[in-house]
Amino acid sequence: MNTSVNLAGINMKNPVTVASGTFGYGREFAEFIDLNKIGGICTKGTSLKPRSGNKPPRVYETPAGMLNSIGLQNPGVEYFMENDLPFLKKFDTKIIVNACGSSIDEYVELAKVLNTLDIDGVELNLSCPNVKAGCMAFGTTYEGVKEVTSKVRKVLDKPLIVKLTPNVTNIVDPAKGAEDAGADGVSLINTLLGMSIDIHKRRPHLANNMGGLSGPAIKPVAVRMVYQVAQNVKIPILGLGGIVSGEDAIEFILAGATAISVGTGNFIAPDTCIKVVNGIEEYMKKYNIEDINNIIGTVQMN
Amino acid sequence: MKVNIKAKIIKKEKLKDDIYKFEVQAKEIVNSAQAGQFIEIRVLDNIQPLLRRPISIYNINKERGTLEFIFQVKGKGTNILAKREIGEELDIIGPLGYGTFEVKDYEKVAIIGGGIGIFPLYELSKELKNNTTTKINMYLGFRNKEYVLLEEEFKNVSDKLIITTDDGTYKIKGFAIDELKKDIEKEKIDKIFACGPLPMLKAVQDLAKEKNIQCEISLEEKMACGLGVCLGCAVKTASSSKEAPQYWHVCKAGPVFNANDVEI
Ligand SMILES: Cc1cc2nc3c(=O)[nH]c(=O)nc-3n(C[C@H](O)[C@H](O)[C@H](O)COP(=O)(O)O)c2cc1C
Repeated sequence: MNTSVNLAGINMKNPVTVASGTFGYGREFAEFIDLNKIGGICTKGTSLKPRSGNKPPRVYETPAGMLNSIGLQNPGVEYFMENDLPFLKKFDTKIIVNACGSSIDEYVELAKVLNTLDIDGVELNLSCPNVKAGCMAFGTTYEGVKEVTSKVRKVLDKPLIVKLTPNVTNIVDPAKGAEDAGADGVSLINTLLGMSIDIHKRRPHLANNMGGLSGPAIKPVAVRMVYQVAQNVKIPILGLGGIVSGEDAIEFILAGATAISVGTGNFIAPDTCIKVVNGIEEYMKKYNIEDINNIIGTVQMN
Repeated sequence: MKVNIKAKIIKKEKLKDDIYKFEVQAKEIVNSAQAGQFIEIRVLDNIQPLLRRPISIYNINKERGTLEFIFQVKGKGTNILAKREIGEELDIIGPLGYGTFEVKDYEKVAIIGGGIGIFPLYELSKELKNNTTTKINMYLGFRNKEYVLLEEEFKNVSDKLIITTDDGTYKIKGFAIDELKKDIEKEKIDKIFACGPLPMLKAVQDLAKEKNIQCEISLEEKMACGLGVCLGCAVKTASSSKEAPQYWHVCKAGPVFNANDVEI
C-alpha cells in the first residue's frame, strides 16, 4: 500500500500535514505524539520581524467550530531559525514554513531568508483575516495573488504553496493567480470571516470584533472550494478546513486534494493527526486501494 | 509531564445547584501536578462542543492517585460535564500551565479568593500547611450564605480563616480584600496569593504594589488548545506600552503570574 504523495515537489510519506497556527512549531505536540508519523508540518505564520498579535479575548467557541483573532503573533523568522528549525530537523517529516507579511516588500525579504534555510517548502499566507495590512488584502483577487506570488517566486527556489482565503466570490480566481505566477501548489482554505455577539453585553465576543471561523463547521465549504479549484488549475492542492478524521481527509482527496492539513482538530485531541493517518489507511484497506494517488480527484459528480 | 488520559470518575458531588466536585483516577497526571495547574477536559467524544474546557485542580491526592476538580455550570460544556456519571471515563489532558504557585517556607502568607476562584487555592494552602513552616491567613469571599462551600476543608489547611459574604448573610459582611487590608496594617505578611474575579484581583494587585508585598495571582482567559500553540489566551505584559502591547499566555506563562508582570 502506498500512502506517499508528492505535493508541489515535496515528497511526503503520507498526505497528512498539520495546519499553520494550530501546531506551533511542533514542540508542544512532540510531548504527545511521534512527529515522524506525519507527512509534514506547516509552521505557525512567521514574519520577518516578531509580531505581538491582537488584544484578548482572541478565541471563541461556536457550533462545531471556533472563531479566532490571534493576529499572527509569532517570534519572527530569526528566532525560528535559531530555536525552532533545529528542533524540527530532528524529525523525519517535511517542514513547510507559513510566511506572512504586511507588504509585498516584506514578503519578498522574508522569502529571501527562507530560501537560505534547510526547509522543504514555503506556504505563502495570503489569507489571514485578522491583520489590518497585508495578507488577505492581497489574497482576494487574481491580480493581487499573482503580483505577490510572482515577486516571491523570483527569489524563492523552494517549493512554493500559496494559501488562499475563502472570503471571495470565486475561489478559482486567486487560485489561477497563484498558478499563473508560478506557484507549485495552493492550499485552501484559511478561515472564513465570522462574528459572534454576546447578547448580554451587546458586544462581539472577540476583542477584534470579527475573527476567522475554523473547525468541522466549515468543512463542506472547504470541500466545495477544493473541488472547484481542482477542476480549474493544474497545480496540486493542500486541502484543509474542519478535518478531524480519516473519512474527512478522504473527502478532500476525492475532491482533488493531493495532501491535507489537520488544523483545529489538533485542539480537540493532540493525536488527531495520527488518527487521520490511520483512518486513511483503513479506508484504503477497506476499498483495496493500492496507492492513495489513484483516488485523488476521483469524485464522480451526480 | 503532560499526558492525555481517560480518567475514570470515582466520585461526584453536587456542592450546590450549579457547582460540582468530581474525583477522577489520574495517576499519570497526579504524579507531576503542582499547585496552580489546570486540566483540559473533553466533555464528550464529539465535535460539539468542539473545544476542551480548562478547569483548575482543586486537590491532588498523590497516595490515591486521584485528582479532584470543582466547576460551576456556566454553559454548554459544563452542563454536559455535570451530567457525566461515576464509572464513566473522562478524556483529560494535564497537568497544564507552567506558572504555578511557589510553595516554600514563608513567615506568613495571605491567601485570598473569591467565588469559584477559591478552589484552586485549596491545593496551594494544603501544600504550604503540610510541607512548609508557613503561617497561613486565608480570606474567602462569597456571594451569600448559600454559596459558602467547603468551609471545614479550608479551615483544615489554614491557620486563620476569614469568610465574608457580599450580603452579610454569613460571617463578615463585605469583601475579603477589605479584611486583608485591615490585617496587613497589623500583621507582617510576606506573600499574597490570589484567585478570583477580576475586580478582586486588581484590588489585590494594587494592594500588593502599595505595600510592596510579593504577590502571585491566578488568571483566566478564553482558551482553545491549553498547550501553548493557538496563542488564544493572551494577557498583556505589565512592561509593554498601550501602543505596542506584548502578551503572555495564560496556558504557558501562567495561569499563575507574578502580579507585577501582568496588566489586567
Ligand atoms: C488559532 C488559529 C491560528 C491560525 N493561525 C494561522 C496562521 O498563522 N497562518 C495561516 O495560514 N493559517 C492560520 N490558521 C488557519 C488554519 O491554518 C486553517 O487554514 C483553518 O483553521 C481551517 O482549517 P481547520 O478547520 O482544520 O482549522 C489559524 C487557525 C486557527 C484556528
